[in-house]
Amino acid sequence: MNLASKDIRHSFGRFALTTVGIGMLLMIVMGMGGIYRGIEGDATLLINSIGTDIWIVQRDTRGPFAEVSRVPTNLVDRASSVPGVATAREFVYHTIQREHAGRPLRMSVLGLSWPTDKGDWLPLVAGRTLKQNHYEMVADKSLGLYLGERCRLGKDTYTVVGITANMISSSGDGIMAVTVDDAQAIQFDTTGEAVRLERAAREARGVRSELVAKQPSMLELADRPANELPALARPQVSAVMVRVAPGADAQAVSDIIAGWGDVSIFSQQSQRDLLIKGTVDRARRQIGLIRVLLTGVAAIVMALILYTLTLDKIHSIALLKLIGAPNTVILGLILQQALFLGVLGYVIAYVLGQKIFPNFPRRVILINSDLIQLAGIVLLISVVSSLLGIWKALRVSPNEAVG
Amino acid sequence: MHDGFAIQTQALSKVYGSGNTEVVAMHDATMTVRRGEVVALLGPSGAGKSTFLTAIGLINPPTSGSVKIDGQLVMDGPDSHTNLRTFRRKHIGFVFQKSNLIPFLSAIENVQIAMELNGTATRSARKQAMELLDYLGVADRADGLPTALSGGQQQRVAVARALANKPSIILADEPTAALDSHRGQQVMELFAQVAHEQGAGVVVVTHDHRSLSVFDTIYEMEDGLMRKGEQPKGS
Repeated sequence: MNLASKDIRHSFGRFALTTVGIGMLLMIVMGMGGIYRGIEGDATLLINSIGTDIWIVQRDTRGPFAEVSRVPTNLVDRASSVPGVATAREFVYHTIQREHAGRPLRMSVLGLSWPTDKGDWLPLVAGRTLKQNHYEMVADKSLGLYLGERCRLGKDTYTVVGITANMISSSGDGIMAVTVDDAQAIQFDTTGEAVRLERAAREARGVRSELVAKQPSMLELADRPANELPALARPQVSAVMVRVAPGADAQAVSDIIAGWGDVSIFSQQSQRDLLIKGTVDRARRQIGLIRVLLTGVAAIVMALILYTLTLDKIHSIALLKLIGAPNTVILGLILQQALFLGVLGYVIAYVLGQKIFPNFPRRVILINSDLIQLAGIVLLISVVSSLLGIWKALRVSPNEAVG
Repeated sequence: MHDGFAIQTQALSKVYGSGNTEVVAMHDATMTVRRGEVVALLGPSGAGKSTFLTAIGLINPPTSGSVKIDGQLVMDGPDSHTNLRTFRRKHIGFVFQKSNLIPFLSAIENVQIAMELNGTATRSARKQAMELLDYLGVADRADGLPTALSGGQQQRVAVARALANKPSIILADEPTAALDSHRGQQVMELFAQVAHEQGAGVVVVTHDHRSLSVFDTIYEMEDGLMRKGEQPKGS
C-alpha cells in the first residue's frame, strides 16, 4: 500500500495548492534561466545569422555590438581587393526611438548591403525581402508593425514588406532591416536648418584650414551637399563584414587585414565571445545570482512545507511505529511525498511556462540541457528538503500514539 | 516456546527521575494472562495503569522486572532481547480510548496496513482485512474513512486492526471511554468474544465497572502497586 499517495489523496486540495505554489516558484527559476538564454540568443542572433567570417571594425574598438565603431565605406573596396576574400559588405547598426501611431517605437536599425544582401537570410514569417534600394523595410513582429504599414523615419516613409520572428537586439529591441543607404539616412537625418548651419560653419572652418589654403577652390564647394565634397567621405559605417572564398586561407586573409593600421579584426567566434563576456556578462551574472537565490528560496519553502506536512501526520506516524512499521516505511512516506511535490511542481512549472513565457517582453528560451539540469536540482532539493521532516518523524515515539 | 501464556510480567517497576525528583510510577507489578483470557486492569487516574500497559506493550521500557510474551523473554529490565518494533508488530495488538485509526486510510486499509507491514501480500491482506471487518460487523463501512464512522464502528475497526496479525496479546487502554454505555458494553463483549474465539490474551485498562462481568480476571492498581482483584460475578 502506498501511504504517500493515500495521504495526498486524503488532503488533495491542500497538496494541490502547495504543488501549484511550488510549481510557480520553479517556473520563475526556469524562466530566469530561459531569460538568460534569451539574452544570449538575442545578443548572438545577428552574428550567427548574418554569415560572415571576419569583422573589420574601428581600430582598438571591440566592434559595433560592444561600442561605437566607425569605419569609412571605402574599406569595403580595400577588403574586397585582399586575395581570398569572396565578398565584403558594409554593416550599419544602430538603435533609434521614434514616435509612431501615437506610441514610442524603439528599434534597432540594421543596414543591408544592397544589392549584395537583400535580407535573404532573415527569418521571415510573412511578406518578402527587400526588392528595392530605398523606402522598404523588414520589421520584427515584436515591433508591432504589420505588413504594408507605412512608417515615417526621418524625412522618408518606409513600407513594411516583410515580418520576421525573433530578430531581437542584445538590448531586447526588435530589429528593423533596411538598406545601408536608408539606415544611414535614418541615422544621420538632420533638419534643413541644421544642414544650412553646418554648411556655413564648414566655410568658416575652411577659411582657417591649411587644406583650403593649399586648394582654395575647395571653399567654393563648402556650401554644397556633403556628398559632393571630394574631401569628405560618405557617412561612415559601423563595420565591414568579410566572407572568405571557399578554399582560401582565412588566417592569411586575417593577417593581411590585421596589418592595416586603422582597423581591428575579429572572427565570428571572437565577436560572439566578446558579446557573451562583455555586453551580456553582467546580465548573465545578475540572472545567475537571482536563480541561485530563487533555488535556495524554493528549497527552504519546500523544506518548510514538508516539515509542516510531517507535523500534521505526526500522530499517524507514531501510530504506524506503534503497530510496528519499520523506519523505511516512515522514510518512504515522507520522501515519496517530497518527490511527488518536486516532480509535479516541475511539471506544472514547465506547462505553465510554455503558456506564460511567450508573453514575456523578452525572449525566454528553454533548452534541454537547462531543463535537465533544473530537473536534477529539483530532485536534489526534494530529497534534501525532506530531511528535516524525516528527522522529526524518526524522533517521534510510538508513545505519542497512546497519549 | 508457546506455553499457553500470552504474557507474563515479573516485578515490573518504572521510576521516573532520580533523587528528590524520583517518582515511582509502578512497583513490582506482576501479571499473568493466558491465551483466551480477558483481564481487566482497574484503578484511578495516576495509578500507573498506562505505565504498565506501555511497558508490556514494549513502548516504554520498565526500569526493572521482566516481560515474557508468548513464552519468550522480551524485556529484562530496560534491556530488550529482540527488535521491539518487529516483535510488537507480530505479537501485540493495540486498541485505545480514541480509536486511533490512521485518518487518511479507509477502514479496510487501516486493517490491511497492519498485515502488509507484517509481510502479507496486498491482495491477501485485503481479503483477510475484509473477513475481519465482516467478523466484527463493520464490513459495510469498509471503504469509509475514519471520520465517516461512528465511535463504535471506529473501535470495531481498531479491534480488527489489533487482530490483523493474530497477536498473542491485545492491549486496550480505556477503549470504551468515548462510547455510550450500550456501545461500551458491546465493545467489551467483543473483546471477550475475540479472546475466546481467536485465542488471544486481552488486557483492558478501564474505569467502567458496569462491564466487569465479561472479564475472566481483574487486577487493580493504586499508587503504582498492582494486586489481583476479586473474581467478577458470573465468571
